[in-house]
Amino acid sequence: MSEIVSGFFQAVNLIVTLNPEVMQIAALSLFISLAATVIAATIAIPLGGLIHFHEFRGKRMLIVLIQTLYSVPTVVVGLVLYLLLSRSGPLGIFGLLFTPEGMIVGQTVLIIPILTGLVIASLGGIDRNISDTLISLGATSFQTIVQIVKEARLAILSAVVLGFGRAISEVGVAMMIGGNIRGATRVLTTAIALQTGIGDFPFSIALGLILLLIALVVVIIMNLITSGLSVETQQVLGGPRT
Amino acid sequence: MKTILESIDLEIHKGEIFTFIGPSGSGKTSLLRLIDLLDMPTTGTIMFDGIDTAAPNAVRLSIRRRMAMVFQKPAVLNTTVANNVAFGLKFRDIEKSEIDSRVHEALDIVGLLHLANRKAVTLSGGEMQRVAIARALVTRPEVLLLDEPTANLDPVNTELIENLIRHIHQRFHTTIILSTHDMIQGQRLADRIGVIMNGRIAQIGSLHDIFYRPHGRDIARFVGIDTILKGVVASNDGGLANIAVSNVVLEAITPCKPGTHVALFIRPEEVTIALRDGDHPKTSVRNKLAGTITKMVPFGPFLRVTLDFGSPLTALVTRRSADELSLAVGTNVIAGIKATAIHVLADNG
Repeated sequence: MSEIVSGFFQAVNLIVTLNPEVMQIAALSLFISLAATVIAATIAIPLGGLIHFHEFRGKRMLIVLIQTLYSVPTVVVGLVLYLLLSRSGPLGIFGLLFTPEGMIVGQTVLIIPILTGLVIASLGGIDRNISDTLISLGATSFQTIVQIVKEARLAILSAVVLGFGRAISEVGVAMMIGGNIRGATRVLTTAIALQTGIGDFPFSIALGLILLLIALVVVIIMNLITSGLSVETQQVLGGPRT
Repeated sequence: MKTILESIDLEIHKGEIFTFIGPSGSGKTSLLRLIDLLDMPTTGTIMFDGIDTAAPNAVRLSIRRRMAMVFQKPAVLNTTVANNVAFGLKFRDIEKSEIDSRVHEALDIVGLLHLANRKAVTLSGGEMQRVAIARALVTRPEVLLLDEPTANLDPVNTELIENLIRHIHQRFHTTIILSTHDMIQGQRLADRIGVIMNGRIAQIGSLHDIFYRPHGRDIARFVGIDTILKGVVASNDGGLANIAVSNVVLEAITPCKPGTHVALFIRPEEVTIALRDGDHPKTSVRNKLAGTITKMVPFGPFLRVTLDFGSPLTALVTRRSADELSLAVGTNVIAGIKATAIHVLADNG
């Protein structure tokens, strides 16, 4: 018990004194997961829109498949990407294995299904009357799609925040593709796993606290978005509508 | 595939107010959606100002942009009232300054100028419907389609919207096509009425035609004619016929020849009620039927009094006169109906 308590205080000390290694690991984590989220959103929003706005054979099946991939184990994504990115693999020439770029690719792949699925759900949540209204007001099909995506912006934004949450908290891809190299690819989750293994609890607790702090911020943002606290907040988060 | 509408043959004239009336689910909304080119008919032709609308999307879009539709359940986008009204103009790439002045004008017409910067989703149902009308109006449509514009509104808002529709028609000479299940609303607004029953246009005509000369039982019931009697023409003297109904003879105007089986339609407000043993002032009422009251149902400030003279007959009586005559179930009364107030149709079924 005393070990946990003293570990906790040392951890707080590491954070408030802005310990360089802790800060470097936290910064890299944020950078990799934010980059993955931005890339995944850039792909998933148009992709989700494409699936939502078109009727085709097997659409239902495709959506079920996407939803299944929400819960794909991170180590499975890690394994597949490892095979693809390793020197002898088909994508080996890019030399992405054990690099932050490789980890960004991995986390992007990991969260694209959940983002795409939630984007489809968000667009589906817009009342059918809205699209009828837009069309009858003389919107082209492109104008209709843009407007409906804008209308679903808050739901889509919460999907993106959720995707970021999954990216920053996963271990499998970060460990297998990043390799947990100190100062290069070591992120919060892999560092916690390693430091705990070697018995450096204060360091682990410090990183864990930071991870929780990030989770807290994510939850707060989510709540701000979904409750739509005020018009102004919505406009800040959803972008001003002109 | 289910057929939703069939045998629709209809021409709506420029500048008129045309109202589709029919029960819920009769196909009014489907018809308006077809007219607004939101849906494609599986067969048949829809012409707009001489152009066949079965055309490529670009042509359909350009035609659709000459119309505007207000839906039964107004959908507003999650932005300000002014932005909601501006959508149609933005889609048409109109200049910002022009958009601002036209949005201002449209909001002024519907009386929502003071709410221009409110979030549209926070408005009441009546206000949302007015936003929807302003949004339609702002594009200066040649044809304005309104699908049950007051179906979900209280009487005050209903009157407001109806006045607005009349105002728009007078000011812009817009062709207005609206649907309603409310006969009275049709009465207040329409130049011509099309009655839709089960996906077919059952009758097109003036309000008077449909109210007093319905083409069939379903329409008659829908327009509030509760009394439909079966009879046989006994004699016909130049249009004034004696018609045997149950064990009495009624006089009515019809060209039907003796021996024809007919249906008689009698509006409740055309039936007068007097006590059987009271004084009968001299009137032009030809038909006097002795009967007994079987049912009295309140109907706003009126009572619907059903009496039995061998067949049931319903009359609309004000509460005051019901009190004065002390009408009650079981009272023996005399019902009077003018010969001209009975609508006669040859009965084929």
